[in-house]
Amino acid sequence: MARVKFLCDADRCIECNACVTACKNENDVPWGINRRRVVTINDGLPGERSVSMACMHCTDAPCAAVCPVNCFYTTVDAVVLHSKDLCIGCGYCFYACPFGAPQYPRVGNFGSRGKMDKCTYCAGGPEADLSQAEYVKYGANRLAEGKLPICAEMCSTKALLAGDGAIIAEIYKERVTRRGYGSGAWGWKTAYKDGVAL
Amino acid sequence: MNTAIQFIRAGAFALLLVLVAAAQPAVAQQAPNPTAQSVKEEQLLKALQPGSVISGRITIPDGSAATLIQPEGQDWRQFHQGTLPIIGAISILGIIALLVLFYATRGRIKIDAGFSGRTITRFGGFDRFVHWLTAGTFVVLALSGLNLSFGKFLILPIFGDATFATLTGYGKVVHNYLSFPFMAGIALMFVIWVKDNIPNKLDLDWIKAGGGLFVKGVHPPAKRFNAGQKGVFWIVAFGGLVISVSGWFLLFPFTGGQIVGDQQFWVNVHAVLAMIFIAAMLAHAYIGSVGMEGAFDAMGSGEVDENWAKEHHSLWVEEQKKLAGAAPKGAVPAE
Repeated sequence: MARVKFLCDADRCIECNACVTACKNENDVPWGINRRRVVTINDGLPGERSVSMACMHCTDAPCAAVCPVNCFYTTVDAVVLHSKDLCIGCGYCFYACPFGAPQYPRVGNFGSRGKMDKCTYCAGGPEADLSQAEYVKYGANRLAEGKLPICAEMCSTKALLAGDGAIIAEIYKERVTRRGYGSGAWGWKTAYKDGVAL
Repeated sequence: MNTAIQFIRAGAFALLLVLVAAAQPAVAQQAPNPTAQSVKEEQLLKALQPGSVISGRITIPDGSAATLIQPEGQDWRQFHQGTLPIIGAISILGIIALLVLFYATRGRIKIDAGFSGRTITRFGGFDRFVHWLTAGTFVVLALSGLNLSFGKFLILPIFGDATFATLTGYGKVVHNYLSFPFMAGIALMFVIWVKDNIPNKLDLDWIKAGGGLFVKGVHPPAKRFNAGQKGVFWIVAFGGLVISVSGWFLLFPFTGGQIVGDQQFWVNVHAVLAMIFIAAMLAHAYIGSVGMEGAFDAMGSGEVDENWAKEHHSLWVEEQKKLAGAAPKGAVPAE
């Protein structure tokens, strides 16, 4: 089995936000929640870069470690998923996540949070693959259909790469070698403890 | 004329071409690398101050999404999974061990003179209501809070994922709602008891005598509250204030700061204080029930035995007697 990852080549990202929109559409993401977002660093300055960020599906995921009800699990493809049936909306995963991935629909009193929602790598949830129940809670399960996440699949500049970590790292390295520059595999150090050696 | 101008134009154009062609390699060499100044993740991570984040600009309305990477999430995880349970275990198991040791060596502190059979009113109905309002909600808040820290290690293996998640989910709701009567109880307790809890010289003598806790038959004089009780009062007052403020910021996220780091800070304050608070209240509950004969009546019926009162609050008893003696004629005798 592959160890799937995301890699955003910031030197290619044109901040079109199509990945954000496609994700919302494909997974029917609730209002107020963005499973993926595009952040522009050094906006307006020379050398600004835009990075598309979502759940990085960390090795040894902090969200899973701090969850008081153990609602997280890692699939054989190393995708970090969670069960909305078990989630109590305590907010701990949001505190622990280095990438701001977990978000909560606002329901009920105070700032009380509903069940956490985050990027599933288009891999659904614990329900039966491609079932209606799975779609309603977690969105599409493209992995079960043999497809990669929609955000990376439709990226117009192929800045956002998804797939086996070793393969996408190789593609990125090749690009960097050919063009002579690269701003790095954003988030990899934090998520996997090692970046892409360039 | 026209042809002359055309000739000059053509000549100038040719010259230009030659110049451009000649300059081309030089320009290519000197052209600034468009990516030389490009922002690199590695630099940003290296330059990152502890507790700060890498953030930028976003076009979606959710401002908090502008944070790209906050590595301190890992630190918080470390604290929450490593340091906090240790603090909790040491303070709670530690206090239980101390209490067991105390009980084993000192035993139950008896009323030296035995029960007199006469009682004196220590706490009226409102005092006891406020106490049990705070105490009752505290127990539920403490248990539901401890469940968040230790439940998945202690309770989850017994009940399984689904049952434990349901239980913890209700625990969260109860924790949210009971926080309000708890905060009200803390505030009321402060108002009704603060005047008798101002530390004075008498407390120093009481502390020097060890409160009479460790030696049989020693009873340093005390007014309505002795130094130990004053200590409990101020622990509850200050602890209650900080735990209420930090809890408020957790109930209403991002009212105590704009970034996730602030939420991490408040949840840490809340959790550490809660552990110490629970330990302190265990000691308070021990000495108010099992640890001392006659003590529970103060918050139970509100009527304590006169001999108990004389031994533990000698000056208070005198005050009460004087008050009763000074009562106008026709007043109902205290019996």
